[in-house]
Amino acid sequence: MSPIIKRKGERFTLPSKYLLFILTVLCTGLMILTFGTNILDAPLNTGAGYIVVPFQEGISKIGNYLNDRAEELGQIKALLAENEKLREENADLTVENTTLMQERYELLKLRELYKLDAQYSDYEKVGARIIARDTGNWYHSFTIDKGSNDGLMVDMNVMAEGGLVGRITEVGPNWSKIISIISDNSNVSGKVLATGDNLIVSGELELMQDGVIRFEQLLDSREQVAEGDKIVTSDISDKYLPGILIGSISEITLDANKLTKSGYLIPAVDFEHLDVVLVLMELKQTLEEK
Amino acid sequence: MRRKIAVFLLILICFLLQSTVFQGIAFGGIVPNLLIILTSSFGFMRGEKEGMIIGFLCGLLCDICFGDVVGLQALILLYIGYLNGKFSGIFYPEDIKLPMALIIISDFSFGIISYIFMFLLRGRLHFLYYLRTIILPETVYTTIVTLILYPIVLKVNVWLETREKQGAQKFI
Repeated sequence: MSPIIKRKGERFTLPSKYLLFILTVLCTGLMILTFGTNILDAPLNTGAGYIVVPFQEGISKIGNYLNDRAEELGQIKALLAENEKLREENADLTVENTTLMQERYELLKLRELYKLDAQYSDYEKVGARIIARDTGNWYHSFTIDKGSNDGLMVDMNVMAEGGLVGRITEVGPNWSKIISIISDNSNVSGKVLATGDNLIVSGELELMQDGVIRFEQLLDSREQVAEGDKIVTSDISDKYLPGILIGSISEITLDANKLTKSGYLIPAVDFEHLDVVLVLMELKQTLEEK
Repeated sequence: MRRKIAVFLLILICFLLQSTVFQGIAFGGIVPNLLIILTSSFGFMRGEKEGMIIGFLCGLLCDICFGDVVGLQALILLYIGYLNGKFSGIFYPEDIKLPMALIIISDFSFGIISYIFMFLLRGRLHFLYYLRTIILPETVYTTIVTLILYPIVLKVNVWLETREKQGAQKFI
């Protein structure tokens, strides 16, 4: 006899046990599908883009506004005191400024000689605003207000304040999801700018609050890498464009295997107060694409 | 129909608040879990089936917008909603103790299960650290927010139930 009892004139109802079973199977199926393929991405992302993103844009604008106002109120007192001090400083600085202006001329000329002009300037960039962050507390990903309509694609690199923020993992018509390099499930292949030694930068939740990221597998056979050295993305990474600043080394130790070194680096970007990011409109060329 | 629209709006509002405004007022980077409050309270207020469906929808929304694997959070919240529904028999709207206890337990177990699936399986074994910095603060924060959000959810539910009763009487 069927457990789904249906009497005449009664509405058809599914017992909750069966519904639980059906939904469990559905969830498991979805998980397997997303693990193995990405056929689900396109329809789901488009749907989310139309339902959720417009609201998020509006709310985060209001939220930012309120946050700014609250901060302003708190800061007024401190600012008044600071203003007084700054006036005094200003007088001193005007004198100093004149001397510095002369030195600046010299610096500009020297820069040209060194060819230090920005390494990233040859990449086309587009600015975007962060409109929402991960609802959970485990990972560090966020949504920006530009998507495939603006020419964004999966795996494009994202920068802010001159440093690497992360890369795009999903794109919808008017939004895209970015995973940041400090997130626990992110790894970046990097190299030490001064010596060219390769290493792996991997985000870790335990270190997020301390404002540092861990790096590993640094093969520094010449013992030249020191604290304070800059780390940039490496040429061998298949997702990140080469030469983008990640951060600088704050601590370095020899591993137990006596071959490789690991340690911590301070990211160039302030992830706590991230607001606007730049998306590099260029994908790293890989072999399959050619 | 009215109930469906109202519940859908509630889910959407909570999700949007959690992903935008609450990120701005997060203490120490921890965001309260509004969707757990919603799932769990509809579970014990309305029974297994509704808790289950609402949990599923909430989880799916999170998964699509921020998750790695679609379906994981949906599955966890689905079971939380279902298990909370088991308590609908001993739920009385005047009593705040049972809802609070259930929501706290739900959020705590959500944290533990998330840790197991998303971190332990990737070899992050430092359980006490995650318990101290993520799971417990989130539970405490969620508990505080429950004090504000739960009465609202309760009111919405009472309003919906009275409207439904009126509708039924009209029909007779």
